[in-house]
Amino acid sequence: MKKMLSDQIVALKPSGIRKFFDIVSEMDDAISLGVGEPDFDTPWHIRDEGIYSLEKGRTFYTSNAGLKELKEEISKYHKRKQGVTYDPANEVLVTVGGSEAIDIGLRAVINPGDEVLIPQPSFVSYEPCAIMAGGVPVIIELKAENEFRLTAQELEDAITERTKVLVLPFPNNPTGAIMERADLEAVAEVIRKHDILVMSDEIYAELTYKEKHVSIVEIEGMRERTILINGFSKAYAMTGWRLGYACGPKEIIQQMTKIHQFAIMCAPTTSQYAAVEALRNGESDVQEMRAAYNQRRRYLMNAFREMKLECFEPFGAFYVFPCIKEFGMTSEEFAERFLAEEKVAVVPGTAFGDCGEGYLRISYAYSLDNLKVAIGKLADFVEKLRAEKK
Amino acid sequence: MREELLAIVEKNSRIDLKELAVILGVEEIDVVNELAALEAEGIICGYHTMIDWEKTSIEKVSALIEVRVTPQRGQGFDNIAERIYKYPEVTSVYLISGGYDLLVTLEGKSLKEISGFVSDKLSTLDSVLSTATHFILKKYKDHGTILAKKYEDTREKVTP
Repeated sequence: MKKMLSDQIVALKPSGIRKFFDIVSEMDDAISLGVGEPDFDTPWHIRDEGIYSLEKGRTFYTSNAGLKELKEEISKYHKRKQGVTYDPANEVLVTVGGSEAIDIGLRAVINPGDEVLIPQPSFVSYEPCAIMAGGVPVIIELKAENEFRLTAQELEDAITERTKVLVLPFPNNPTGAIMERADLEAVAEVIRKHDILVMSDEIYAELTYKEKHVSIVEIEGMRERTILINGFSKAYAMTGWRLGYACGPKEIIQQMTKIHQFAIMCAPTTSQYAAVEALRNGESDVQEMRAAYNQRRRYLMNAFREMKLECFEPFGAFYVFPCIKEFGMTSEEFAERFLAEEKVAVVPGTAFGDCGEGYLRISYAYSLDNLKVAIGKLADFVEKLRAEKK
Repeated sequence: MREELLAIVEKNSRIDLKELAVILGVEEIDVVNELAALEAEGIICGYHTMIDWEKTSIEKVSALIEVRVTPQRGQGFDNIAERIYKYPEVTSVYLISGGYDLLVTLEGKSLKEISGFVSDKLSTLDSVLSTATHFILKKYKDHGTILAKKYEDTREKVTP
């Protein structure tokens, strides 16, 4: 038989989360702080709209780029939130989750050998998607002393003449870091100077706890060079509906739509109808969930202070990223022992890039009651490790 | 802080003050003062416990009673409402828009006790024109809490 598999795919590193998932799923009584999705159910009026669309028999393909009503609502949403206008007919593409938009966005702009700047720690799929698109990932290691924000200097240092696009993953999974307007203005200057593109993954845009989220597209000269990615998973607790979208300049969205049309056809119809309802009447649900996340975030920060575990205060998403360097073990060792001894699952920071070494991702997409139990166990474990060291 | 505080204690009045301060991001003394103010202003009027009596061996019957009344000159419905809400077995009295005037909820030990109340006390009041009694057969959801089903976390345990 001829060689069966693609060398490029075989060479891809599997996600570091997978390994952990396998161990945890073997354990019946493990508590997890490892999820990357909301604990809330999709608000009922949104689910009801999905069900209603099924009852009415709306079970056919939509147009490739998505339902007209949905694209219009998406366009209105960004006008409302950012004051930026996207033409629903040509500049909005509805995708299967934000993940698809990342994949096809990179594929639409990368030529072989183009460099893709990826700040890490960050979501697991940027690097493999860049490789599969024929690009060369270039990692920018974000630093705790900058609260894991991207600085203009770090960006400047990473740019070469082959640099094509910068992935901008804020609010960030796994660190919870955000970029405020001044941070964005500083990096925008470098971006304009070197004339590169931006792929801004703003899936957690609705979940910030300081000021309102600022998008890079609000900064001068950025809209025309940015693929803006967002979706319904995190804001409206709709992960399983698999619905996201990309907005951007017509030329790029057109090419992305071409890939989407051949690979996917269109995003799930039921989900699209539900999403129209989410954008029209979901604002108060988002507010309620945001308030609940913020309460848990404060609870965790306080608990870390009490157990003297180092952690910068994150203002976005639903993750905290405490530092465990004092214990002299790797993130993976810590996570494995914590799981084995206390039966609590957290994700090692290294699952999100090598520079996540020394950190853990703890998700607060859990009720306060659950968090209390798990954090109590973390406090015990931390104490135990400190006693061992003495 | 007031609105968020109220939203939290409405759902969980037993929450620890220190914890309340932490999750609201304020000092404990501020929470204590704010709660005291809310109580003094009559905004917080009580702290209750939700009990699913169905799961106990204690017999309880609840009913909703629609009451049509003649409003009184100068008093409107207030007078008659007061005469009704003073009965301890009455758990709530609402003035309602639409086909009838007052919605009275009632808790008793048995059907007989409730029907006795309606026929002897409620319908004999002067301004009561008519009543319609609905017995509650099952509570699915009460005070925003679903009684019929327990929450279960069905998410995958570790996801990116």
